[in-house]
Amino acid sequence: MNTVVCIKQVVDTEAEKRLQPGDWRLDRTVENILNPYDEYAVEAAIQLKEELGGEVTVLCMGPDEAEDAARKALAMGADKAVMVTDSVLENSDAQATAYALSQALKTLEFDLVLCGVMSTDAQTGLVPAALAELLDLPMLGNTSRIEAAGDTLKVNRQTDEGYIAYECPMPAVVAVAKGINEPRYPSIKGIMGAKKKPLETMSAADIGIDTAMVGSAGARTSVLAATQVPPRTAGERLSDYGTPEEGAAKLADFLFDAKVV
Amino acid sequence: MIDFTLSEEQVSIARMVRELMVEQVAPRTREIDEQGEFPAWVAELFRGLDLFAVAVPEEYGGIDGSLVTLCVVEEQVARVSPACSMIVGVQSLGSTPIVRFGSAEQKKKWLPAIATGETMVAFGLTEPEAGSDVKAMTTRAVGADGGWRLNGRKCFISHANIADLVVCFAKVNVDGRDKITAFVVETDQPGFVVDKVEHKMGLRGSPTCSFVLEDAWVPQENLLGKVGHGLDILLATLHRSRICSASQSLGLAQGALDLSVAYVKDRVQFGRPLAKMQAVQMIVGGMVAQTEAARCMVFAAAGRYDAGSATIERFSAMAKLLASEAAMDVSTNAVQIMGGYGYMVEYGVEQFMRDAKVFQIFEGANELHRMAIARDLFAKG
Repeated sequence: MNTVVCIKQVVDTEAEKRLQPGDWRLDRTVENILNPYDEYAVEAAIQLKEELGGEVTVLCMGPDEAEDAARKALAMGADKAVMVTDSVLENSDAQATAYALSQALKTLEFDLVLCGVMSTDAQTGLVPAALAELLDLPMLGNTSRIEAAGDTLKVNRQTDEGYIAYECPMPAVVAVAKGINEPRYPSIKGIMGAKKKPLETMSAADIGIDTAMVGSAGARTSVLAATQVPPRTAGERLSDYGTPEEGAAKLADFLFDAKVV
Repeated sequence: MIDFTLSEEQVSIARMVRELMVEQVAPRTREIDEQGEFPAWVAELFRGLDLFAVAVPEEYGGIDGSLVTLCVVEEQVARVSPACSMIVGVQSLGSTPIVRFGSAEQKKKWLPAIATGETMVAFGLTEPEAGSDVKAMTTRAVGADGGWRLNGRKCFISHANIADLVVCFAKVNVDGRDKITAFVVETDQPGFVVDKVEHKMGLRGSPTCSFVLEDAWVPQENLLGKVGHGLDILLATLHRSRICSASQSLGLAQGALDLSVAYVKDRVQFGRPLAKMQAVQMIVGGMVAQTEAARCMVFAAAGRYDAGSATIERFSAMAKLLASEAAMDVSTNAVQIMGGYGYMVEYGVEQFMRDAKVFQIFEGANELHRMAIARDLFAKG
């Protein structure tokens, strides 16, 4: 069972996110971390490996600094990492990212591709589906359980009402839901060993990327405008001076007005 | 420029320990304090993530064995829970005599299980009448049946009640003269009895015990170094452990700073946050500078220790002194700028202030370190 996990380095979820005026791109000069949604996918892959054997490869597109995210996945227990790093890939949108990742995946052997459901910074959630389309593989999103038996993959897809159980042939692309597992902390020995694990860097040319399809030139989407979320306003204070009934009536009116009852 | 840059691995370790402490331990620090017992569940978390391995060299199942790495871990543990930083600190203190002075067989026998945390080890030096004056110890060891029998009483020994091994110091009479000697005492024997666990002001999750040695049996192979080497062993161990203690003080100061800075940014009085007020800024500025100075001192000392510097005695004393003073000052100021809320248990900062006090007292009282620094200067220049 060989799994490739697609990971992304994102701006620390605790850091204040700033959009650069002009091109509305995210300011990434702050602390960066492994996308928390991807941690569920890495953990799921490691658990499958622990159960069935095989190898876990993490695949990451990003600048040199994004190697930190790959090292974290290696410290958690992934076996090797592939970085797709090239200046022509800068400013790629979700579709272009999926294209670049799919080109890298064509050079790797795998039974399963796992992704987080989305990144915590861009939050498009488009990459897993686009990836499956480009690789012509079955795709299952928001999965809360993954089981592999022979060449068949059995997954539960979480919905608002419950889950739907699916089966599909492998290889497949699966987006792993938040909360499917509890991602492990990398142990100190895992961290010390991560540096010794293989990390291969591929350029756009190495994997036959058509440069017209990536970067700013290949972007099919562009951000036209961005507005700051208005700061939270002070709440409305209801007092129950007078009788409890008066207070209760005011509260009931407020709840009706807010359409929550 | 003096280089304090940590390796990528050390940065990743610090980040992992920080996440672990914030997510798993921070929600329960009050409970640990109130229960006043060894938090075995935290030790279990530490085992699972190899935190004890930082106390032991790589060839015996540890990691790099550097004091800098240990200090990196301890700063992050103490930043959330000074009491929990004792779990790793005492393991390091107890294992240092074995790492530094054990024979190859002794190291092979004990260190791998100490590195995993399967074996917990403590350090038995202090006695009721022998605190700072270690030579006044009365515990005795007498040769018997291919080994030794130890008799005496030790007090204020961290974690003696959960330890599997305690490195004990005792006097051996050689031709009428007393020679301080180090022994590795196994605690699962009738001659070793913990008879008191102290009730303390702070560091309440780290048990402080008295124990009695009553004809306690130590096989010959558990003698550390040679008869009479005890003083060298304990001094060398303390030079290292004081720097570790300083890193715990540093973490404590940083933790108190974290809580109080978050508070003064939020707390509004007279129509503006406390952080905008000059009186508060003057206090916070000093707290930040003192914490950063402690950090520089801790890593300067730890780096010197790892490099085998001859000045380690003075640097160890200076790091311990300055970092523990910083911990006390910063945590006291943290309570002060949080006002009435700072004094309330719910806000968590008073615990740092209670925990800080002992760092000025144990591992050599700060007054002794001031004297030692001066005497070292006068002797060596």
